[in-house]
Amino acid sequence: MPADAEGAAPAAALAVEALTVALPPGADRPFALREGSLRLARGEILCVVGESGSGKSVMAMAVMRLLAPGLRVESGRVLLAGADLLALPEEEMRRVRGRRVAMVFQEPMTALNPLMTVGAQLAETWRTHTDLSAAEIRARSLEALREVALPDPEGALRAYPHELSGGQRQRAMIATALALEPEVLICDEPTTALDVTTQAQVLSLIRGLQRRRGTAVLFITHDFGVVAEIADRVAVMHRGELVEEGPVSRVLTAPAHDYTRRLLAAVPPLRAPPSRRPDAAGEAVLEVRGLTKTYSAAGLFRRRRATRALDGVSVTLKRGATLGVVGESGSGKSTLARCVVGLLAPDGGEIRIAGAPLPRARAEAAKLVQMVFQDPYASLNPRRRAGEQVAQGPVAAGAPRVEAMERARGLFELVGLDPAAVSRFPHEFSGGQRQRIGIARALAMRPRVLVADEPVSALDVSVQAQVLELLRGLRARFGLSTLFITHDLRVAAQVCDEVAVMRDGAVVEAGPVAEVFATPRHAYTRALLAAVPGREALGLGEGPSAPAAPPAGAPTAGE
Amino acid sequence: MRTWRLYLRSPAAVLGALLVSVVAAMGLLAPFLYPDDPLGLAGRPLQWPGDNPRFPLGTDPSGRDIAAQIFHGARVSLLIGFAATLIAAAIGIAVGALAGFYGGAGDTALMRVTEAFQTLPNFLLLLLLVAVFGSDLRTITVGIGLVSWPPVARLTRAEFLTLRTREFVQAARLQGLGDAHLILREVLPNALPPVLVYASVVMAVSILLESALSFLQLSDPNVPSWGNLIGLGRNVLRTEWYVSAIPGVAILLTILGVSLVGQGLNDALNPRLAGGR
Repeated sequence: MPADAEGAAPAAALAVEALTVALPPGADRPFALREGSLRLARGEILCVVGESGSGKSVMAMAVMRLLAPGLRVESGRVLLAGADLLALPEEEMRRVRGRRVAMVFQEPMTALNPLMTVGAQLAETWRTHTDLSAAEIRARSLEALREVALPDPEGALRAYPHELSGGQRQRAMIATALALEPEVLICDEPTTALDVTTQAQVLSLIRGLQRRRGTAVLFITHDFGVVAEIADRVAVMHRGELVEEGPVSRVLTAPAHDYTRRLLAAVPPLRAPPSRRPDAAGEAVLEVRGLTKTYSAAGLFRRRRATRALDGVSVTLKRGATLGVVGESGSGKSTLARCVVGLLAPDGGEIRIAGAPLPRARAEAAKLVQMVFQDPYASLNPRRRAGEQVAQGPVAAGAPRVEAMERARGLFELVGLDPAAVSRFPHEFSGGQRQRIGIARALAMRPRVLVADEPVSALDVSVQAQVLELLRGLRARFGLSTLFITHDLRVAAQVCDEVAVMRDGAVVEAGPVAEVFATPRHAYTRALLAAVPGREALGLGEGPSAPAAPPAGAPTAGE
Repeated sequence: MRTWRLYLRSPAAVLGALLVSVVAAMGLLAPFLYPDDPLGLAGRPLQWPGDNPRFPLGTDPSGRDIAAQIFHGARVSLLIGFAATLIAAAIGIAVGALAGFYGGAGDTALMRVTEAFQTLPNFLLLLLLVAVFGSDLRTITVGIGLVSWPPVARLTRAEFLTLRTREFVQAARLQGLGDAHLILREVLPNALPPVLVYASVVMAVSILLESALSFLQLSDPNVPSWGNLIGLGRNVLRTEWYVSAIPGVAILLTILGVSLVGQGLNDALNPRLAGGR
């Protein structure tokens, strides 16, 4: 390799120099990426970390020259082993993609073609870039799948993407990306869509392959846990600018830039704060006994005929306490939430709220239990004013309209929104603000039990910290009893008093959160805890820290 | 407001709106420009356009003023178009909303009825209705509405099927709100845009259906509709072709206008297309 890049550092595998990408006119800022410069050395993993909209994915796409229409490189260079990719003709760029720079995307289900077998998609890479024979391609495909540790490489070759699990699909994607031994691998949030235990496996796979082959990896992520797990160096992005860059140990322990400090402070520590509310041993406000729910199979070609989403689940929520239900996707935790609020009818078992069975009548149940939904964009009606959506419940329950609107304004203030914002439409709010509206809507009914289904998992980490702080504050003020569904053990550690760990529709372990997380009894709980990324670097050492202070001034301003 | 701005960005959509407004203006001005009965005898039959300054568009085989009939016909065509579309939309949205929201056996039953209507050719069904109930303007309008609702129902149902499981609908359900509120306030406003766009197609087809009926001289002979005029010109098509051609062009331009409006609405209401380019 001709080392024609200036000799200061050993020739960078990939260097981004003063890259500026313009946003279309009318966007919230003129540049998606401004004067971004990075050097990625051979055999190193550089994590680019930032919140949504920080421009980290734009940088990756600019390197590949696959920017979305409307985005355009204004100035700067992208040097691959010294040669400017931005100056290449499209024809030559095509030979670079896949062969010298490969990419792994966030969502393996959409990155793989659902109509082609994994084998065919792997083979395509070699067919396009080399003139190997079919037999040789097959041999190499098998080898590639073996290398990413797929359990049955022969079977995986013949499988269609939907026949593999999420983790297996992402392994197949990685095998495809590494097929031609590229110099640079770009991973854009490759583990964000995966469960925590699968994520841990995929991260160690990427780390292992990268070590063995000396590939340079540009790893885009929003998760400091993942950074701690995999990075050699870290670059932090904020609103299109690189604010800090350095070795991972230095950035995580002694961040220089204020924004990095705020981001790190917002990552909740895994250890529970020292036991609060010792009087939480009060009466039960929600009792779930032996709940079962079976989904019968849909479709002709499904092998499994029925799925036991809930298999004899029993949990108890005490008055004024927060019970966390944690588990991976498919563990049945969301089904449990939906049964408790009455959106799903359980097949068997019993749900008692304040001592009485959950009433079937919608209007009666509404006064007992309310829900905060996961997706702040889907949970508000886009065509109705925010205040009306909060007030309509009380109105349906018989409150006069004027009074209900007054209460909505009060609730807006309570959740940290401008009371005048009741007359605005949902699209005028940010994700975090929408989630506050969702909380206000639930509180408007003055429920006995609040069910929160992954209420912060769609939010950026700093916004997440603010919403968690709000929920904590509400509990302290109103003694709210909350059933808190989450896949994120860090979040659970912060907000829950007790926790129930679910797997395959059953509760495998339950108890006070400090106890369960400090001395897990069940093997699955231990595996879950061990898989939390960056637990040594970020989590357990924090000690009895106070809840992370919300960054950036007033809650509404920061979102 | 945003929708409106997006709409005005497309030249075709603006042209469509212009055409429809011209037709509407013709209909509105008809009683002032041609206060006499447009079906009354006006002069010598079959005068070519331009021959006699009194009849800029000429006269038909019965000696009636074609220009007067075109102006008065605009009212009839638009009236039939709007009224029939309203009827079709009302039935279609009601059936589609109930089927899509509740699903299950009711859905199956309603959709079988819809399909039964769809398997019959519209025009045949309309002929049948006219044959049974007579051919005055009101019957024809109702008839056109009755044969045009099935696609509206299917479209509404499809929208309801995806919208009813959205979290905001579930949230409203948990607030204790009744089904009527869920259907009318939560789901319907979100389901309406594509239905609205499709309504423009229904309107264009309604105008055509009426013309087709008149051409067969099965429409109400006592109203000055464009279709009737085309029907009258049928016998003199080879010599005095303008009698059929003039109302034909009027129908063409009206339907073009309505379709362009629909297309413009579709683009303006579709957030993915609204993004840029």
